[in-house]
Amino acid sequence: MSKPLIEVNSVGKRYRLGQFVGAGQPNSFRESISYWIKSSLLKGIFRKNRERTTPKEIWALRDVSFKLQKGEVLGIIGRNGSGKTTLLKILSRITEPTTGRVVLRGRVASLLEVGTGFHPELTGRENVYLNGVILGMARTEVKRKFDQIVDFSEVSQFIDTPVKRYSSGMKLRLAFAVAAHLDPEILVIDEVLAVGDMAFQTKCLQKMDSVAHDEGRTILFVSHNMGVIRTLCSTGLYLEKGQVLGQGPVEEQITRYLGSVGQVSCSTDLAARDDFLGSGKARILDVRLTDLNGVDQSTILSGQSLRLEFRYETHQQGAHPQWAVGLLNQRAEKVFHLESEDRGAQLPPLSCSGTHAVSISRVPLPPGDYIADLRLKLDGETAYYLQRAFSLKVEPGDFFGIGRVTPSHGELVYVDHSWHAL
Amino acid sequence: MEESQTRPLWRDQEIVIVPGRTEQQYLRDIWNFRELLIFLSWRDILVRYKQTTFGVCWAFLRPFITMITFTFVFGRLAKMQAPDDLPYPVLVLIGTVVWQLLSTALTLASQSLTTNASMITKIYFPRIIIPLSAMASPLVDFFINLVFLSTVMVYYRVVPSWNIVFLPFFFLLAILTAIGIGLWLGALTVRYRDFREVIPFLVQFGLFLSPVGYLSNVLPDKSRMLYSLNPVVGVIDGFRWCFLGQKVGFFPAGFLISTTVTFLVLAIGIRYFRNVERTFADVI
Repeated sequence: MSKPLIEVNSVGKRYRLGQFVGAGQPNSFRESISYWIKSSLLKGIFRKNRERTTPKEIWALRDVSFKLQKGEVLGIIGRNGSGKTTLLKILSRITEPTTGRVVLRGRVASLLEVGTGFHPELTGRENVYLNGVILGMARTEVKRKFDQIVDFSEVSQFIDTPVKRYSSGMKLRLAFAVAAHLDPEILVIDEVLAVGDMAFQTKCLQKMDSVAHDEGRTILFVSHNMGVIRTLCSTGLYLEKGQVLGQGPVEEQITRYLGSVGQVSCSTDLAARDDFLGSGKARILDVRLTDLNGVDQSTILSGQSLRLEFRYETHQQGAHPQWAVGLLNQRAEKVFHLESEDRGAQLPPLSCSGTHAVSISRVPLPPGDYIADLRLKLDGETAYYLQRAFSLKVEPGDFFGIGRVTPSHGELVYVDHSWHAL
Repeated sequence: MEESQTRPLWRDQEIVIVPGRTEQQYLRDIWNFRELLIFLSWRDILVRYKQTTFGVCWAFLRPFITMITFTFVFGRLAKMQAPDDLPYPVLVLIGTVVWQLLSTALTLASQSLTTNASMITKIYFPRIIIPLSAMASPLVDFFINLVFLSTVMVYYRVVPSWNIVFLPFFFLLAILTAIGIGLWLGALTVRYRDFREVIPFLVQFGLFLSPVGYLSNVLPDKSRMLYSLNPVVGVIDGFRWCFLGQKVGFFPAGFLISTTVTFLVLAIGIRYFRNVERTFADVI
């Protein structure tokens, strides 16, 4: 068997927080000077090389090891801040590890962002060349693939217009078209597919799929979209707080990741979760699952009533809240989305803390494990967005209220309906 | 099946990434990324005069106006004399053209890293390519200005001396001076944004501390040694000597000092740049 294309050996990356950034260096000239004066004074007084006062530091990655054979497609999964992007940056040589060793046996192209180096003043044509060269193509190669790229992007009409006049969607399509025509041996891709309209996204996914499976490239791929990971990747690497928690067949890792949210119980404490996105002007402290009478429910039966209670706190009192709950099944397909604004809900402005709830009179879910994303907007601005916020276990129940348990036939949801003879 | 033509970044070669690595093949890496250097230069040149009415005319409008102003201030008001009845505007224009090359090149080079921060945090390439490519558009301006300078010389009927054959040497010296200072300041700006404020000062005072509007032989010999610590002095004096010959004089001791400083700064600049380059993506 040939040597693996990528070998990662106990790689770690440490960042320092607060006033010190980077490799523990002061970041302004004044700090640098005062740091130097202080340390030399201290040295003079204590006559020994004092240990540096260590500022707060975090290990974005710790002791990460894996191997990747030619043609393997690795999906890297984990919550926000688990070190996925840092790992990709180390592999693409943008930043260097603090510890460990990486061996790459092949040309690497990394795609951490779509359209790196695009210049608004240049035309589409000029940007295709520029971006292609930035991503590692030779000029002759861009020239050869130029027509393909423009075809793929669907903006051929505007190819000689400055990119600043493009819509953001057009810009994105053009940028992705360039990236899609790279062909290195190792391709490193961060969550870049989560952009553009649905039709173009599908096209990109198909392209990715053919790159991965037909052309036999080795790909490292980060995404929060488990569906995409599942279709594209053969193996999975599950990261949590910078450490590898699991590695192996992709299905197994996804299950482990989705299951990591915590044991199913009637109440999920979210106060300790620091992986939320948004401004943080409001936070959700916990989620409680009850029925419509307010009785705690640790498991839900199909067809029963359900109330989700969200206890929040905020310093932006009087803000208008917009809640959203997205429910995903084990295959990471979105089963439903509850959005207070869409429902026309009349919620009172937020006080500094309180509880808001959403009620479902009959849970339309077949038995299984579900996981929910949670979002709270204040006056239209996302204050708190937490993926995999809490999980839900649904047991077989009498959805139709006919006195027997409703069987499941692999459907996503139950739909209330009736049968007649006409 | 046609062999893929993606740039052979690391063809048939293992890349080992370990902490604190110093790239052994730095020069080869730069060579491999030469197309990127060319394209970034091309981008800067292309973008420079897009959506401007006067376009490339701006390149020589600036030295032209500076020439008129300086001729008036130094020649008329300060009553400085050009040796051998050389026309004062020609003296000033040579200084201005060279000064403009140096000052814009080092300003752009030192700003280039922070303006291209998004590229640095998303793509790997030898970082030195960015400040180097930033010098392309001042270079183009410089060549346009040389044409302008020869027009002015024809107008004043000044015949260039035979020393002009040394022009490439002084041109190289000018480039090295700009690269040295530009790399150093650029790398410093990445970590300490204070230097973003320092550069305009440097350029402003440098204009008067360099023989742009006057000849350096107006200084007494003793202070000329000190004056020559400014690397720009050697470059501008050299250019004048190339065009106008012995009439403007040549001061070997001063030239030696200036050139030494240039190479010293270049060495420090490259060294410092290489040292901090690998942390750019984390710090910028």
